[in-house]
Amino acid sequence: MSVVQPFDKLPIPNSAACLLVGSDEGLQQRLAEALLLEKKSFKISIHLATSLPLPSERDHLRPRIDLIVFMIDIKSKYSLENVEASLAYVDASFFLGKVCFLVTGVGRVNSCSVEISAVWKLGEAYCSPVLFCELELEGIRVATAQRLLRMLQICAGHITGVSALSFGLLMRNSDDN
Amino acid sequence: MDETVVEYIRRTVLKIPRDKIKAVLQEWDFLSEKQLQTIKFNQIKDNISYDVAQLCEENSADIKQAAILDIIYNYTYPNKRLWSVYQMRKTGGGTETFDLQVLKKKFKRQLRSVLKNVTINFREYEDSAIWIRIAWGTPYTKPNQYKTSYVVYHSQTPYVFISPSVLKSNLPLLCQALVVASNYHDICAMELRSHSLNSLKDIVFKTYSQNFQTYCPKPIQERNVAPESEDLRIIQENRSEKERIKRLNREVFGDGPQPQLEFAQYKLETMFKSNPKMDVLDKEPFRCLVKFSSPHLLESLKSLAPAGMADAALSPLLTCIPHKARNYFKIKEKKAFSPESFVTR
Repeated sequence: MSVVQPFDKLPIPNSAACLLVGSDEGLQQRLAEALLLEKKSFKISIHLATSLPLPSERDHLRPRIDLIVFMIDIKSKYSLENVEASLAYVDASFFLGKVCFLVTGVGRVNSCSVEISAVWKLGEAYCSPVLFCELELEGIRVATAQRLLRMLQICAGHITGVSALSFGLLMRNSDDN
Repeated sequence: MDETVVEYIRRTVLKIPRDKIKAVLQEWDFLSEKQLQTIKFNQIKDNISYDVAQLCEENSADIKQAAILDIIYNYTYPNKRLWSVYQMRKTGGGTETFDLQVLKKKFKRQLRSVLKNVTINFREYEDSAIWIRIAWGTPYTKPNQYKTSYVVYHSQTPYVFISPSVLKSNLPLLCQALVVASNYHDICAMELRSHSLNSLKDIVFKTYSQNFQTYCPKPIQERNVAPESEDLRIIQENRSEKERIKRLNREVFGDGPQPQLEFAQYKLETMFKSNPKMDVLDKEPFRCLVKFSSPHLLESLKSLAPAGMADAALSPLLTCIPHKARNYFKIKEKKAFSPESFVTR
């Protein structure tokens, strides 16, 4: 079982790779398409996986992953369990700012089956930011895509003066004890 | 001329969607073409229904015609009722030729011998189905035309589809009359219920697309690759895993559309197992009822794994519904001597 490493490969100039991990493939696909539609100055490759570990037979084809986005659907407990199980296959140095949790389905209190506190705890335990959104809504999907792209740029080192780690620290809640 | 008959016809007309009223009335064939032309079908339903009632009064309609109209309505919109499947059994062999007239006569005689006040009507359809409508009364009251039972019987098959009346007590009577009329010896409920009569037929007559193990999946895989011609910048990492899920799903559910069921119910009667030291009562069965409901249950089960909401190869308890032809289950403790029968009737 291979663990995803942040620095095992050399970066490709002017490009960034993002890995989306989540069990809901429909939403994943739509988010990926929204990411592609945004205007950007670098080459992007988006890797979609339902869970980790990634199949090792494609290791040589995969570029260096700059950002891992774990997608959790608030309506499905299974999606949270899936993410929790996948986290074991991520190298520890990824958690220095190159991982984020994306929670979708926010606002549907009626069909909520994942507790928000469980997600917050996950974010805290893995020192990674938690983003809330509703990918079913076009406007929010576009905004989320823009946010993720900006983070990807930072994580890939395209922004001078801001590193993934410093950005990750910025995103931490200031009232953390 | 009975006032209640006309009122019954009027209310039946009100149930039909407005744009279909004309077609249903034409099928009914009680009002003449000339009479039909006098009805304005573009006015509100209430007015149409009064016009129809007026014409029926002129033609002096009786309860038989009203019942036929009701059968046509129920045949056209079978999903308005809840249907259960019953299976009849014969103890001995011997095949008899089927005679509809004999069946009708026997059925009527059997019911009338027990209960005088019943209205029984028959109507045959091309698909060898006989629709029977029964309105029940009591020894002292007239049949209630608004609380009818429906029976759909396909000759040459042991299956009957019954949509019971709200007056539940008449069901044993009905079953008995059916068994006698169709020369069977026994009838039992199959624990299969749905609003969609056609799907129930598909399941028990096994006409829905089933998948067979001998089927070669090769050409289908090629077909599946084609529509995924997407942006090269999006890379699917778990493609082989997805193909595995698709294959498993196809093995279980087949390619075609699934029959429509709205619910599946599982009653658990298993023992609560605990540490003997904890002194928890474990002699009593642990009772629990699990109910799945969906507008289209089997289709939603089918899409669970591809949508990533459940692991592939769902529990056989969920996938056995169509080929076991039942959607009500009782799950009991596994018996030592029959390990296979975890589902019992």
